[in-house]
Amino acid sequence: MMMEYASAIAVLCGVGGILTVALLIANRFLCNYGPCEVRVNDKDPFTVEGGGKLLDALYDQKIFIPSACGGQGTCGFCKVCVTAGGGPTLPTELAFLNDQERAVQTRLACQVKVKEDMVIHVKEEFLDVKEFLTTVRSSRLITGDTREIVLSLAAGEMIDFRPGQYVQVFVPGQKETTFRAYSLASPPSRKDEIELLIRLIPGGLGSTYLHTVAEGDEVHFTGPYGEFELDEDEGTELICVGGGCGMAPMRSLVRHLAEANPNKVCRLFFGARTAEDAMYLDDFQALAKEYPNLKLVYALSEPEHSQGWDGETGFIHESVNRHLGLEGKRQAFLCGPPLMIEATQRVLQDKGIPKEDAFYDEF
Amino acid sequence: MHGIDLGGLAVVFLAAVLTNNILFSQFMGMCSFIAISRSMKTAVGMGLAVTFVTFCTTVLNYWIHEAILVADAPLCKTDLTYLTFLVFIMTIAGFVQLVEMVLERFSPMLHFNLGIYLPLITVNCAVLGVNLFVIQGERQMGLAKTGAYALGSGLGWLMAICLMAGIRQRLEHADIPRPLRGLGITVIITGLMAMAFMGFTDMVKL
Repeated sequence: MMMEYASAIAVLCGVGGILTVALLIANRFLCNYGPCEVRVNDKDPFTVEGGGKLLDALYDQKIFIPSACGGQGTCGFCKVCVTAGGGPTLPTELAFLNDQERAVQTRLACQVKVKEDMVIHVKEEFLDVKEFLTTVRSSRLITGDTREIVLSLAAGEMIDFRPGQYVQVFVPGQKETTFRAYSLASPPSRKDEIELLIRLIPGGLGSTYLHTVAEGDEVHFTGPYGEFELDEDEGTELICVGGGCGMAPMRSLVRHLAEANPNKVCRLFFGARTAEDAMYLDDFQALAKEYPNLKLVYALSEPEHSQGWDGETGFIHESVNRHLGLEGKRQAFLCGPPLMIEATQRVLQDKGIPKEDAFYDEF
Repeated sequence: MHGIDLGGLAVVFLAAVLTNNILFSQFMGMCSFIAISRSMKTAVGMGLAVTFVTFCTTVLNYWIHEAILVADAPLCKTDLTYLTFLVFIMTIAGFVQLVEMVLERFSPMLHFNLGIYLPLITVNCAVLGVNLFVIQGERQMGLAKTGAYALGSGLGWLMAICLMAGIRQRLEHADIPRPLRGLGITVIITGLMAMAFMGFTDMVKL
């Protein structure tokens, strides 16, 4: 009787064991790419263990190219030029590459595996992106689900950025560290600390983590990234249109203009659902007293839930339509949910602002 | 039996490819067949992967069955035939993993194009079906014939998926009624091809 149980167990374990050993041996020989040399921008090459993603290899070497999605292949930010050794372009990358980029062998670093020696080129400004280790100075809820978090840089460190840029925050996880992109809400004049606005997304890795950090905790980020260039010319009006959690970069732009360029007209359009979500309204109204060229328009899409609201209602692109004229030099910055951005772009085009002058962040 | 009966092997092989085609006569392995038959290159890749897995696992599992699992086997006297499914699936899964590793190393494009269907070879009923056919009492054929049968079944599946890929590539330019496009017309064509293969019945007797 015992023999039967014993032999059954022995056979199962034996088959399983032999298969496992065979697969481990195969793995050792097949998936072992050995050390590979990667040369970036004609600098000295560095050696990395083959088999991993190019994005991870670059980050290990402190070359922080942007990646809003953390390496998932969904944002298309991590474009690099691979002149040697990248293997064939995968279909996941083709969706993000146009013909010009393909002609110069542009690839997505998060999809390229390092299997042999490689030669790549990244944009020069990415080599200047730094890593910052910061401490949380404060974290307060400003609406039901959005937190304003201020991070102090380490002593003596400073961050140089343009308003409208973003940073990538490292989010520790159980299996591996990943990162998420957040726009900077503080004005560039504050160089020793940064402000971020984080809206809690259910199930979201980054927002869940950042809603749990407390004063004194350490937060790690790289930056700044972002291609928006504010036109500092006084004659050009800046039009900011935002919705939901899109307030952050606009806070940076508006406060920067109030300090550095108060003769420039800035129109801030912000759309929210109810009065509780209309963040910083009092703040901006106070700022508008000192910076009279700031024109504020807040619109609520669900005003029935907020008593005493006498401002505009409906969707924010409708407000933009009502308030904008057809003349004048203007530059637009959009930040919010994709539907809002699409609707607003159409309105802006009708008003004579072409797509090239309407910048938006794609995360 | 002394020496290898080549004629017998050829008969078994032909039977596996034509008269008892695992797909058109026995309707096994349909899901990957329908999913991967859009392009010839991936169809060939998938067919070769399935052939490799089928041949290796059938031979190995046949040996395990005869030498370990049956009652009074040379290596183990207890009747362990109830472990057949478990052991067979384990071997199949192991070999599919091996194929995945090889493909990822030597042909990343094919590995990507096959996508999720590569690990799904583990549950492709054609593979398990062939594994189980060769151990059925009436069909006990000996190791050599088992190998020929498994190789034939795999190549028969490869031939079927390549035929279908060729037809579907031509269909891209045909005017198919809307309700039938995609899955509908594919299944109808499979049925028509199965009818054609019925013409091979009794050509050779397995």
